[in-house]
Order: sequence, then C-alpha cells, then structure tokens
Amino acid sequence: MSTVAKHIPETNKIKKTTGSKIFDVCNIIFMILLCFVTLYPMWYVLCASFTENSYLVAHPGAILWPHGFTAGSYGLAFSHPLLLSGYKNILIVLLVSLPINIILTLFCGYVTASKNLMFKPIIQFLVMFTMFFSGGMIPAYLNVRDLGLYNSLWALILPGAMSVYNSIICRTAIQGVPESLTESAYLDGANDIIVVFRIILPLIMPTIAVLLLYYGVGHWNAWFNASLYLADNEKLPIQNVMRSILIANSNVLNSAGSDNDMVNQYAEAIKYSTIILTTVPVLCIYPFLQKYFVKGVMVGAVKG
Amino acid sequence: MSVKNAGPIAHYRHLNFGQRVVRDWKLNKWKYLLIIPVLVYLALFCYKPMYGLVIAFKNYKPTRGIERSAWMDPWYAWFEKFFTDPYFGRLIGNTFTISILTIVFGFPAPILLALLLNEINHNKFKRTVQTITYMPYFISMVVTCALIRVYCQQDGLLSDIVVFFGGERQNWLMNSGNYRTIYIISEIWQTIGWNSIIYLAALSSIDQEQYEAARIDGANRFQQCLHITLPGLMPTITILFILRMGNILNVGYEKTLLLYNSNIYDVSDIISTYTYRLSFGGGTPQYSYSTAIGLFNTLVNVVFLLATNFISSKVSDSSLF
Repeated sequence: MSTVAKHIPETNKIKKTTGSKIFDVCNIIFMILLCFVTLYPMWYVLCASFTENSYLVAHPGAILWPHGFTAGSYGLAFSHPLLLSGYKNILIVLLVSLPINIILTLFCGYVTASKNLMFKPIIQFLVMFTMFFSGGMIPAYLNVRDLGLYNSLWALILPGAMSVYNSIICRTAIQGVPESLTESAYLDGANDIIVVFRIILPLIMPTIAVLLLYYGVGHWNAWFNASLYLADNEKLPIQNVMRSILIANSNVLNSAGSDNDMVNQYAEAIKYSTIILTTVPVLCIYPFLQKYFVKGVMVGAVKG
Repeated sequence: MSVKNAGPIAHYRHLNFGQRVVRDWKLNKWKYLLIIPVLVYLALFCYKPMYGLVIAFKNYKPTRGIERSAWMDPWYAWFEKFFTDPYFGRLIGNTFTISILTIVFGFPAPILLALLLNEINHNKFKRTVQTITYMPYFISMVVTCALIRVYCQQDGLLSDIVVFFGGERQNWLMNSGNYRTIYIISEIWQTIGWNSIIYLAALSSIDQEQYEAARIDGANRFQQCLHITLPGLMPTITILFILRMGNILNVGYEKTLLLYNSNIYDVSDIISTYTYRLSFGGGTPQYSYSTAIGLFNTLVNVVFLLATNFISSKVSDSSLF
C-alpha cells in the first residue's frame, strides 16, 4: 500500500526511443523546479528569521541567505507573553481535543461499519447528511453563544469534535478487519466496547496515526473559529496571534508586560521566527507518516 | 447476545416490528450505546445550527433569541433583499469566476502531477518529490497568506523577479488585475501534492499486465498513458469531480479574508466574505441577512452536487449515491 505506483518493469529488449528519453529529462527537470518552488518560501522564512531587522525593512525582496546573522528574534518569540499564551492555548486545545476526536471517530466508524443493525440506515443518513448540508457561519456562531461556550477554549474543541469525512476513512479501515477476529471475541464474551478498544484499535493503528495527524494539524493551523468565538487576547491560540503580527500588522505585541523596545527592534524578524517555530514542528512529523497517507484518502470509500 | 443468533434481519421477517426492535436491541445494545455520543455531538453542533437557519426567515434580535424573534413578512424578505442588493451581481460573479477558474486549473493539476510522477522509475527521487510537494498542505493558511502578502509588496520578491525580466515594480495585491491569478497559482501550490495522493493510490491499483500487453503490441508511453492509465483513473476522477462540484460556491473564505483588501473588493469579494463582514465586520451585526445569504449559498451547492451526480450516473458508472 505504498503511495508510489509500482515500478513498471522495463523489458531490456525494447530500447527507449529518443522521444522517450527527452521526455524523461524534461520530466525530471520539471520535478526539480516544482520542488524548488515549494521549498524556497520556507528557505526564505528561515533565512529571514536570522536576518538583521534593519536589512529586512530595507530589502523585503529575494533573500538567498541570512544577512547579519542574529537569533534575537527567537529570544523575543520565546519570551513574549502573548506568544507564550498562544502556544499554551493551542497545546491545551490539542491535549483535550485529540482524545475526543479519535474516540468519536472510532465509535462512528465502528458502528457505521457493522452489519445487521436495524437502525443503521437512519444513523448513516444522519451522519452523512451533515457532509453536504450545514447551518453555516452565523447559526454555528449563535449556537456557540447559546451553549455558553463563547470566549472559552471549549468553543475550539467541541464544535469540531468529529469530522464525518474522517469517520468514513475510519469506517473503511474497520471494514478491512477480518470478521472472524471480532466474532471469536464475541464468543469469548466480549462486548463491543472491548472489541473496539482491544481488537479493532490495535489493528487499525496506521489509520489512527493518520487521523491524529489530520486532526492535530487541523487544530494547530485553525484560526477562523477562534477569531469568531474568542474575545480575550490571552485566550487566542498561536495562529491568531500570528495573524495579528503577520497580517493585521497591529501592535498587538506592544501590550502590557512586554519589553516594547525589544518588540520594535525585531518587528520584522519576529514574523519569520514565529513562522518557523509554529510550522517546523508539523513539517518534522508528517514525513514519518507519509507511507500511511493512502489509508487516509477515500479510495472507493464514498459509497456507503 | 450469542453470535449464533446474529443472522441477517431477513430471517426474522415473521417477527413484527416491535419484536424486531427488541431483538435488535438485545443483539446490538452496545453498538447503539457507542453511537450515542456521536449522535449527541451531531445534534448539538450540526443539527441545532441547521435549526438556527430559521433566522433566515425571521428578524433575529440577539436580545430576543431565535424563538421569540419575529417572522419576516413576506417570509422571503431577506432573500429578496439579497437578490436586489447592489453587490449581488458582483458577489455571484466573483464567487463563480474564482471557483470555476480554480476547478479548471486546480482540478487537473494533481492528476497531471500523478501521471508525471508515475513515469519516474527512480523510486527514491519520486518519494522525495512527493514528500516535498505535500509540504504546503501542512503550512497554515495564516502563514501561507502572510508569505503571499510579503512576496507581493512593492519591493517584494515578485517585483524583483518581474524587474529582472524587464517589468515594473508594483504592489500586486492592490491591483485588481492580479488578484485572481495570485489566488489560483497559490491554490495550486498549496494543494497539488496533497491532492495527487489519491490518484497515485488509484494508479498503483491498475493491473500491471495491461502495460505488459500494450508494450508487446507496440504502444509507446504516451499511448499507454492515454489508453490504460487515464481510463484506470476515471472512476476516481469522476467521484472527486462530483464532490468538488458540491463545493462550487465554497471558495476558500479563510484565504480570501487573509488576502484581500478593500481596494480589490471588486474582484475578490465573495458571498462568504460578504456575509462575514455583514455580521463581524464592525457595525450592527446583520445576523438574519447573513444567514439568508449563507443558506442560499448552501442550497446552490447542494443543487450543483445533485446535478453533477445525476449527470455522472447517466453517462458513467461512477456516482456518489
């Protein structure tokens, strides 16, 4: 199940034609260009984060290496109260959300994958319908207010407690578990809760890993709901703090309790060091799960 | 609870409905208990907001709540207001234009990448390219848009490149003429690698003997691609296309909100950003009006999804339902 299509054995007797060789060369050049275009922005950010602030203000264009190496903006990024509370908030959200996400997804996947359930069509419909129809931005916002979640981190956790798309991925994985395994567990007197956690869960660990990555990255990178549902700056997760620094260009960092001289000194460079600090953790994790990504796509899994 | 009894429901046709429910509960009690938290979640955070859509037909006042707010007279008053809104044409036009351009250029791009990757026989190189092209998907929208804005400044990277080729510096995101190009190219940059995964998975399931046979018949690589690979991908392409059409009016509002500015509203303002500004853009929030526009948006999406699904089920075997 690797993401790479199987190597097509090239019969030695058939020689590659000139056209075929030219195509190969062009193809490889294209791929290298694509990689360059993809990687350069991150290289730019890395270099800029170590560059002197004055240089960044004067030359915002192409950067190929750091100018006047300094790591001062990282010192600021690690000590500024708003950034620190941003990291703290998103970590709280992740720690509370991920177990809820995985348990709900697992339950939903398990029940929609099981057979002989009299009310399964109704359950299936109730689950799938939400994929194609939703209340939208304003009703969701008013709902959060009505439930008393406004300006609380729960507003970032509960409304996205489960993604139906991910539960379908989970269902597909569970359908791949041989029925004989669960049946023998029933014969030994196990109930479904034991079956889910002791038999199904260990067997679909690669899928769970991908789902953890999806949910985790989703929470880590989310900003829109927090911008609607939270009022206090101290409650904002890191992406919203970054949005204030990077896009609103506001002086949000010049708030009480921070060293304003230092903030002004690194006003440009701090943008890039925070990007590095929030993006690199994610970029370090995903390559290790890459071989499982195929399990996380809905191949032939859409039809229920 | 024993497995011996767990035969198909059909064997129990002689039971009446009540008896079947009782039997089903005895057999599947735990499964129903497991699904309860999921149904509670869906009820509270998916179906309750759907009920909240009634404010599209009411004059919602936060102090009165959904229940006690008065109904509109006529009931479609907010929709009428939207259809006669001075921005109506611009919003619909922008939303469709950006969406269709994104589909025309963004939808085939990952297919093309998957086909090209499939032609590389050096597995390590192929894997490296895949890893690198997946990367933008993991970079947050805030960071991506911030970088786009940095590169599009007057003295930014894009200006540097254009000057190198003899053009002139400009503040790219302040000029309506550039916005859609920037939006779509960055969209492809963000998604091309990630979206190619599903096609690569489909490619790996194509029967290799077909290529063998085609080669013996003297088919060259282009012909093999055209007559074996593409037909093998068609079901996947169709399903993804139907799903995409069901989102025709869901242009990425997060990205638009982060990229646009009032100078280029004429080309960038879309339905969802307009509803956002009506309710959260300062001024008195117009919740009911926003909700009505949002409902219109959702309904158009559903119509497109059903229409594409219907057409697809007629002309090919692939359909969602």
